[in-house]
Amino acid sequence: MILSIASGKGGTGKTTVAVNMALSVSENQNLQFLDCDVEGPNAHFFIKAALDKEKIAYLPCPEIDENKCTFCGRCAEICAYNALAVLKESVLTFPELCHGCGACRLFCPENAIKENGRRIGVIRKGPAGNILFITGKLDIGQAMSPPLIRQIKKMIDHQQDVILDVPPGTSCPMVEAVKGSDHTLLVTEPTPFGLNDLKLSVDTLKQMEIPFSVVLNRSRSANSIIHEYCRKEKIPLVLEIPLDRKIAEAYSKGETLISIDPSYKTKFLALFNSLKS
Amino acid sequence: MNGKRGKTQSEYKPGKKVKQIVIISGKGGTGKTILTASFASLAENIVLADCDVDAANLYLMVHPEIKEKHSFTGGEKAVYVEEKCTFCGLCVSLCRFGAVRSLNGGKISIDPLSCEGCRVCALSCPSQAIEMKPSVCGEWYVSRTKYGPFVHARLHPGEENSGKLVSVVRKKAKEIAESNKYEFVLIDGPPGIGCPVIASLSGVDLAVVVTEPSLTAVHDMERVIETSNHFNVKPACIINKYDINEKNTQNIIQWCRNNNVLFLGKISYSDEVNKAVSQGIPVPEYPNSKIKNEIKQTWMNLKNIY
Repeated sequence: MILSIASGKGGTGKTTVAVNMALSVSENQNLQFLDCDVEGPNAHFFIKAALDKEKIAYLPCPEIDENKCTFCGRCAEICAYNALAVLKESVLTFPELCHGCGACRLFCPENAIKENGRRIGVIRKGPAGNILFITGKLDIGQAMSPPLIRQIKKMIDHQQDVILDVPPGTSCPMVEAVKGSDHTLLVTEPTPFGLNDLKLSVDTLKQMEIPFSVVLNRSRSANSIIHEYCRKEKIPLVLEIPLDRKIAEAYSKGETLISIDPSYKTKFLALFNSLKS
Repeated sequence: MNGKRGKTQSEYKPGKKVKQIVIISGKGGTGKTILTASFASLAENIVLADCDVDAANLYLMVHPEIKEKHSFTGGEKAVYVEEKCTFCGLCVSLCRFGAVRSLNGGKISIDPLSCEGCRVCALSCPSQAIEMKPSVCGEWYVSRTKYGPFVHARLHPGEENSGKLVSVVRKKAKEIAESNKYEFVLIDGPPGIGCPVIASLSGVDLAVVVTEPSLTAVHDMERVIETSNHFNVKPACIINKYDINEKNTQNIIQWCRNNNVLFLGKISYSDEVNKAVSQGIPVPEYPNSKIKNEIKQTWMNLKNIY
């Protein structure tokens, strides 16, 4: 099973749920953990893996052979991202705009374009007990996280269970990360912000036809706007974590939820098993 | 601070350059929107912009009255025309985004959520069985609020081009500020360090980074400050919920000192924030707010830079 942990709003507790779920489940079995929140990867603070393997992630980017180039302008005309500009006797490339689609190389009439790898980030992996931990980190100044997320997901072993920490939001990085999941847990909080962004994520997952359920973090009552929404929309609310300053204090130090309250271990395990079946 | 809002625009010196200030954080949920709304409530002469376009929340605090509505066309998407298809499979092999897939029986399907509009499939199809269609991927609005004009947007769920939409919102907010002589554009930014953050950040006068004294928030703060330095934008820092971990708070303040980051203030952990948000009112307007003075002081420190 590929289980992804997402949320529209940031800071609702995605990483907390993903990490504690992985640590609880891994007591009985092997699994892969993928931190796909490449703009702000944080799971490594809680799952202490020996990250002994490292791979630089590249995105193809055009390089012009000006000896072959006739400055016809076809590449600039074709590029959907304005990543090329053709002047009288030179071609300018803007690598930070390039999506690496390959159109310029493919349609250059003179075969004057080849593609080079442009570094966008780094992927590290290593074991932590029964967990194979994989994490990606986008380089500073790089705009595009989806290609890096795609490369992390290529490392998925389909024979194993996978827990995946998703970036916040509902746009392309989130879509790239949850794509192909068997189930997504949407973590939210009982505030108007939490509800607003939960609705957006629900719309996105419905479009993608991925089954989902809700985890309510910082819960303050048994009858919040999230309870009401889930009831109305018939979305299962599968776990609640109460609002507790102690949890926030422990989190600030990099301590896990299951270490301060071991009863969560059974809760996470039961939830994982029920989703799997 | 005279405590009075709604100073007329003519009281401000004409010709003064508009200051653009973006509130960002790296990690989500550290309090960007709550602080933006709180500053809006304390400020006197601002235009507001919500650039967290894929999870826009500021409207829930400032209650806009929408005056203009525009659709946002981000780019193109590939659309499959089955009648013309000869099932050669070239498009499937050329698509680098996994958007064009072949189904059982040779048919093609194009996933609009994966398509990045590069045109490779359409241009290479020998039988013109793929067309590029402009895709409306969001909306943007110009609104009136009691705090000043507000430019905001909504990216449709699952869409891309959030950076472009951010640029549209920012351009309009700046135009309004310039032509009506507002002093500040206050931008509520997105989490992370990627495309929409870069679009929110580029060319602003100050990037205010809201963090919390947790290891994860500090890690993400450092990354977003590096990003802001990378784009030559001056960074400043605010610590929210500072008393959750006073030791980490001291470390952040020291880090800011060592790294030439302006420290603007710290705000206590308080239950009243949740209550204020639930009622849709900025914290300084919440009755008997205990942290109002901390927020006020932070805003004064920010304002005094200019």
